[in-house]
Amino acid sequence: MTQDAAASLTQGQSPDGAAEAIHIENLHKRFGQLEVLKGVSLSARDGDVVAIIGGSGSGKSTLLRCINCLENPTSGLIRVNGEEIRLKADSHGHTRPADRRQIERIRSRLGMVFQSFNLWSHMTLLENVIEVPIHVLGVRREEAIETAERLLARVGLAEKRDVYPAFMSGGQQQRGAIARALAIDPRVMLFDEPTSALDPELVGEVLKVIGDLAQEGRTMILVTHEMKFARNVATHVVYLYNGLVEEEGPPEQLFGDPKSERLKQFLSNTH
Amino acid sequence: MSARSADLIDAGARASLWLQPHRLVLIAIGLALVVCAAVFMRWDWLPDYYDLALQGIWRTIWILAVTCVLGFMLAVPIGFVQVTGPRWLSLPAYWFCTVIRGTPLLLQLWFLYYGLGSLFPQFPWIRESFLWPYLRQAWPYAILSLTLSYAAYEGEVMRGAFAGVARGQLETARAFGMSRWKVFRRIWLPQAIYRALPTLAGETVLQLKATPLVATITVVDIYAVASRVRQSTFIVYEPLLLLAVIYLCITGILVLAFRKLEARIPNRLG
Repeated sequence: MTQDAAASLTQGQSPDGAAEAIHIENLHKRFGQLEVLKGVSLSARDGDVVAIIGGSGSGKSTLLRCINCLENPTSGLIRVNGEEIRLKADSHGHTRPADRRQIERIRSRLGMVFQSFNLWSHMTLLENVIEVPIHVLGVRREEAIETAERLLARVGLAEKRDVYPAFMSGGQQQRGAIARALAIDPRVMLFDEPTSALDPELVGEVLKVIGDLAQEGRTMILVTHEMKFARNVATHVVYLYNGLVEEEGPPEQLFGDPKSERLKQFLSNTH
Repeated sequence: MSARSADLIDAGARASLWLQPHRLVLIAIGLALVVCAAVFMRWDWLPDYYDLALQGIWRTIWILAVTCVLGFMLAVPIGFVQVTGPRWLSLPAYWFCTVIRGTPLLLQLWFLYYGLGSLFPQFPWIRESFLWPYLRQAWPYAILSLTLSYAAYEGEVMRGAFAGVARGQLETARAFGMSRWKVFRRIWLPQAIYRALPTLAGETVLQLKATPLVATITVVDIYAVASRVRQSTFIVYEPLLLLAVIYLCITGILVLAFRKLEARIPNRLG
């Protein structure tokens, strides 16, 4: 590696110019005796859509949740927007973020969408969307409402702004959750199996919203079971098996011409 | 003009709808009872005790309000540490709830009033402190024991309410960069209170009916006034009847207030 390339890498620039959004190196995660991640490396530049696929128990959700330290990695390196998350070991030997402020600041720029939607049930949809901008990012209320209304219109929920989550369908709740994540103007969107808890007829509306985001160049990391969707929207696909990256590459290559036997098996089972 | 008359007709229609036969009968019976009570019972003592009774009502309401507010402020941390706190906090909170809920309120009241109340004067530095003028009166002990009682019962209610809030919603708040305090204040506490509110209404009514116990340590609430009337005039039933009506009225107001409050919160929490 030339010195210039090395210098640009340390600033979070990849050789082709797009800034590096997420960088994970040799990540390990152990729950007690069970090692879920056994040294995973992954990297996403601005505009990338990385799809993480794999069977249940392969560690894909854990990998995603390590990025914003909802799970504290046992060891390894995580860089978000070029900033390394500082970790320390506590008195029990567990790793945890060394600086609470830092992890809170990093989290507030990562828009996460959960499998179970998790809209705050004591707030209307609009209140859900403006909550973080106002109370974490310090955006003015009128400004936050303006943004929220625009985003709700975008995900097709403008008329639901004053409705409580309990009165919305799963698909509507998940689109609302996406609007909430977009409201913080995230550098990276993290999707944790966003359609797995939905009735089959509601999956389409959510995938369409996510697909539109990919189209406009949002940086996203997406854990999904929807292979066809991953193939269509992803720029890079990672297949996890048993806590390790078994195979990765562009979607055409991974889905069209898988090298690994396990991936072939996995793809034939899911189709 | 026409809109107004339409309103009037509407109101008339609603009134006639409400005045169904069974309601009319009940109203008639109620009026008859009031008239009977007024005609056949003795109320000549009322003017003499009117002022004292008003003060008593006021004191009862005041004790109820102060102990409920203070008790609830204690109940929130007591419930919270039992759900998520370290053992050195959750264990004392657990034992506090168990002991207070497991012993009669009258006993606690007397322990504090006769126990602490007779212990304090033995220490000169307490007698000389600025608190002494209060500590030699009865009402601080009444407030303290009723507050602790409410805190223990509500602490238990709040423990359940905090535990019932969906973990996923708290995790989501963390995932968006909220600090622990913000997660508590913006997500956890409001949802817990909404959950607990129906139970709190009932517990507050119970607390109202626990207030007469303070009469046993010389605090003159409305119950004590009724006793005083009985002792000095030998009229037994009339003051008790009035007392029952007064407690019923306060209960009614409490229930209505809580219902108003509950109507304002989002229903069907997920």
